[in-house]
Amino acid sequence: MSAPAVPATAAAVRAPRPKVGVDHWSGVVEVWLRAHTTLVYAFLYLPIVIVVLFSFNANRLATIWTGFSLNWYEVALGDRVVQSALANSFQVALPNAIMATLFGTMAALGLQRVPKRLRIGFDALTYISIIVPEIVIALSTLVLFATSFGWINDVTGLRLNLGIPTIVAAHMLFNISIVLLLVRARLTGMDRTLVEASYDLYATPWRTFRQVTFPQLVPAIVAGFLLSFTFSFDDYVITSFVSGPGSSTLPIFIFGQVKRGVTPETNAVATMMLLVTLAMLAIGQLLLAWSARRSGGGSGANMAQMIAER
Amino acid sequence: MAAATTTPGPGPDRTAGGRRGANALLTTALIAPAGLWYLVLLVAPLAIVVVFSFGVRAPNGGYEPALTLDNYARLLTQPQRLEPFITSLWMAIAGTIGCLLVGLPLAYFMATRAGRRKGLFVLLLVIPFWTSFLIRTYSWLIILGRENLGGFLGTIVGDPDFRILGTPIAVLMGLVYGYLPLMVFPLYVTLERMDRTLVEASKDLGAARWATFRQITLPIALPGLITGSILVFIPMMGEYVIPAILGYGRTFLAGNALVDAFIQTRNWPFGSAMAVGLILIMLSSVTFYVWFMNRGNQGRDVSVL
Repeated sequence: MSAPAVPATAAAVRAPRPKVGVDHWSGVVEVWLRAHTTLVYAFLYLPIVIVVLFSFNANRLATIWTGFSLNWYEVALGDRVVQSALANSFQVALPNAIMATLFGTMAALGLQRVPKRLRIGFDALTYISIIVPEIVIALSTLVLFATSFGWINDVTGLRLNLGIPTIVAAHMLFNISIVLLLVRARLTGMDRTLVEASYDLYATPWRTFRQVTFPQLVPAIVAGFLLSFTFSFDDYVITSFVSGPGSSTLPIFIFGQVKRGVTPETNAVATMMLLVTLAMLAIGQLLLAWSARRSGGGSGANMAQMIAER
Repeated sequence: MAAATTTPGPGPDRTAGGRRGANALLTTALIAPAGLWYLVLLVAPLAIVVVFSFGVRAPNGGYEPALTLDNYARLLTQPQRLEPFITSLWMAIAGTIGCLLVGLPLAYFMATRAGRRKGLFVLLLVIPFWTSFLIRTYSWLIILGRENLGGFLGTIVGDPDFRILGTPIAVLMGLVYGYLPLMVFPLYVTLERMDRTLVEASKDLGAARWATFRQITLPIALPGLITGSILVFIPMMGEYVIPAILGYGRTFLAGNALVDAFIQTRNWPFGSAMAVGLILIMLSSVTFYVWFMNRGNQGRDVSVL
């Protein structure tokens, strides 16, 4: 048992480094914490490293390493199925991200102006859309599309079917909620005095929005856009149930390959997907750092932090 | 907001009637698209599922209108129907505990030992979380395969038929792996805000390391711990991809049973009843969470989102 080795007054003085206990276990605990952290990060990154590494494997079998080769990228990029899946992925993710960001931001702004009761109802739906498991959303959306398209087609003679528009619409639900929450968090944390100062200087509401409110919302909007794009680009569960023939995206291609047995081509496609999403994250970090510097810093907008504290 | 009464800002204090109408119109226009999306793609599908859960299966699969509780009765009384839910529950509980055991020391290290590199550690946690869940999951097929780690472990155990893939252990590991960051983020946030002098005071008063952890650190970390647990428990309960890939579909969870009912047997009413069951489990966990965080009104600013 360690007796208090320091005088009582010293306890109030903040040591520059976290003070370590003086019992003989402290060394063991420090080593263990360090080792644990290292191992967990290795655990988190091992699968990513393996996929990238094995995409360069010369062997036809995905699981045994034989030598370095770029052959599989050539195979993947020349594969018609991959080409179409890649195109579909962008055709889904981009419109989804644009519209979800627009609608989510609009709703966040609009909700500031509505009676409290309406806002609570809206919030409830926002949270429900995030809490309900993806698989439930996916299947119930499929049932909605199947049932309503059946009726509509019978009555109007149209030929509505599952395809890229249904995937975009389904992805947007979740992404509108994410953007809404991000933008609103920013609105709540915003400096209201600037808006009031703007009004006192006889700026119109529109001009106040454009020159005062909007610039402060940019980091949240950027983060929301990139998050929406990435979610949509990576999504398998919802996409697989609301996609039709010919609208397969990359995750659907990969899942199909996984079911038949992973090949180095799978890994090459996966690595390209990883590159796209990591580029999004990097762009986000850079844009936010740039906007923070431009607005005189202080806001500390950090992509990672925004996601982590979401 | 005292200034609001003197400034010509938007709001109910607007005097001109025309302006007020224009404002209301603007507000409606702002929230209408999102509202429409919620109505058509959230409220309508969930309402359909609730209605369908009281129906019967059409002869060729699908839904036929009826008003019966049979689907719920079957779900609750036939053990083989309820089993996926029970398996899911155990898996989600075990997975949450796993995330906690792996995540707590990590979050503690990040909050107290990382110093100026805290931001880097957070970023390193965000990167895997940001990248495709599907890719990170299927990669374990390579790692745990017989040619690699799986075979190696088999040699150690001395059993050539030793397998990890296709077992509940593989699914559990996949769950912990996939959702770990969601546990660590809130834990890290609470521990990072913790007043470190409390720990020092406890030590100065002669408390042992374990006693300090149990009586100071753990109670302070509790809101983050509960938040993290609920954040991982809920998606684990509805997980579908991980058991399909790492469990070879043999570990049959609620999500898999749901897909089976809707797609394979095309029994939409029974699938709907299962979906309603799953939604109810989510809502009760969240209700418990809200109650717990607000109990004694000591709720901190660590919310689910």
